[in-house]
Amino acid sequence: MSNPAPAQSLWARHAKIETNSILLLIGILIAISFGGLIEIAPLFYLQSTVEKVEGMRPYTPLELAGRNIYVREGCYLCHSQMIRALRDEVERYGNYSLAAESMYDHPFQWGSKRNGPDLARIGEKYSDDWHLAHLNEPRALVPQSIMPSYAFLSRTPLEYRAMADHLRVLRTEGVPYSDEMIEQSLADVRTQVDPDSAGADAFLKRYPKAKLRKFDASHREITEAEALIAYLQMLGTLVDFKLYDNKANLR
Amino acid sequence: MSAPKHGEIDPISGQGTTGHEWDGIKELNTPLPRWWLWTFYACILWSVGYWIVYPSFPLISGFAPGFAGYSSRGAVMAEIDSVRARRADAAAGLASASLTQIRNDPKMLEIALAQGKTAFGDNCAPCHGAGGAGAKGFPVLADDDWLWGNSLDEMAATITHGIRAATDDQTRSTMMPAFGKDGLLKRDEVAAVANHVRVLGQLEPEKGANLALGANLFSENCAVCHGAEGKGDRSLGAPNLTDAIWLYGSDVAAISATIHNPRNGVMPAWRDRLDPVTIKSLTLYVQSLGGGR
Repeated sequence: MSNPAPAQSLWARHAKIETNSILLLIGILIAISFGGLIEIAPLFYLQSTVEKVEGMRPYTPLELAGRNIYVREGCYLCHSQMIRALRDEVERYGNYSLAAESMYDHPFQWGSKRNGPDLARIGEKYSDDWHLAHLNEPRALVPQSIMPSYAFLSRTPLEYRAMADHLRVLRTEGVPYSDEMIEQSLADVRTQVDPDSAGADAFLKRYPKAKLRKFDASHREITEAEALIAYLQMLGTLVDFKLYDNKANLR
Repeated sequence: MSAPKHGEIDPISGQGTTGHEWDGIKELNTPLPRWWLWTFYACILWSVGYWIVYPSFPLISGFAPGFAGYSSRGAVMAEIDSVRARRADAAAGLASASLTQIRNDPKMLEIALAQGKTAFGDNCAPCHGAGGAGAKGFPVLADDDWLWGNSLDEMAATITHGIRAATDDQTRSTMMPAFGKDGLLKRDEVAAVANHVRVLGQLEPEKGANLALGANLFSENCAVCHGAEGKGDRSLGAPNLTDAIWLYGSDVAAISATIHNPRNGVMPAWRDRLDPVTIKSLTLYVQSLGGGR
């Protein structure tokens, strides 16, 4: 501050910002946006944000329908899908979650609260029958459970006429659904619960490693519970951790 | 930082004022406590050191990794490796010993049972209940009734590969046919067989049931797996029908439902989820619950 007269220090100039609320607001916004730019913007251009993995594919239409029910019922309020890189979590749930594993999630289901266990790797941990019985009445299997009963899911037929639109919306968000996947989306819902159907091979080509079976054997039609179980049974099963090199993606 | 120009001095406190005035009341310009200010400066200095030592700023094609080479993923992997190594020491050769050797060594057995109990609580209890108490459709493990082999090796195979597990090609895969659903038996034939099964299980059949037809159909369709007397066959997972244990209920409706469209219960394969030592420990723990051989 070499300006001789009138003696006005930097401190005194700062008073202008502090005494004018609009100036202060603008100043705060500028300061915060620097933080945001540095913390958030690089995640969009850095190639290393999402790990390169083998096996990730978009959700099958049936899994997507189940996922929509998962979101609709607010499962994320009690169940996270994010195994953190902490010893107790890795020992209980398995390999910590990778960014790549939720790259097709719109919105992601990481969650912030665990009234129930983490579900990021629940796929194939329990049987389909268990999931159905547990959704119907959790306390029949886990006496101390505080989860509500979702018995209505197995009484409600799945509404999936708009499936192609769901896929189209996700495609605009960057999920690589092909035209063929969108065209076949209605049929694929039915194919996935019928392993003997004619379209099974083509379906598996579209969605490698998808699970083809009747997830709810006690109902002839496709129920909401069946879609939800199809979704739960694939969670965390796509990336083969025998092939994945954890050391290549240290963060 | 230069001290701010104070306005007039407040006569009562002797403190400078900021020059702000509201209704004759002037705001004191009380400086921050020294200890607070120096702590604040120290934190700023600390953050600079932290940026250098730990991963911090984004760069063009990655991020500044920091000189300490720390990553949370690397840290957890190292921690788990060291825990596994410590466990391997503590478990005194659990990894290399056979199941029978572990059972005959009191020290190893104690460790295996403790480890098995913990793993059971997280992985097995949701279906089989705490302590192996079981639930409808999920076998009790605390009794002496076994669907599949109950030797240590056979139980270890069941845990490793599961039962009708879609993810494992070495899984136990025998299935009971859907006699009613697939049209092998008619509705009244299913009911007759169900009543015969009740007779095998020392239960009263329904009044007016066609027991002769039921017995005949049983020997034609069911005996090949369940045995002529319904004693079952553990190599096929065919349950013993003569004991008083019913996985899905013992009334005619429940038995008929099974004959019409059997559940063919599924147990997941655990080889990808649990390490071999944990599977050994679970085998010994489950055997300690009930009557294994």
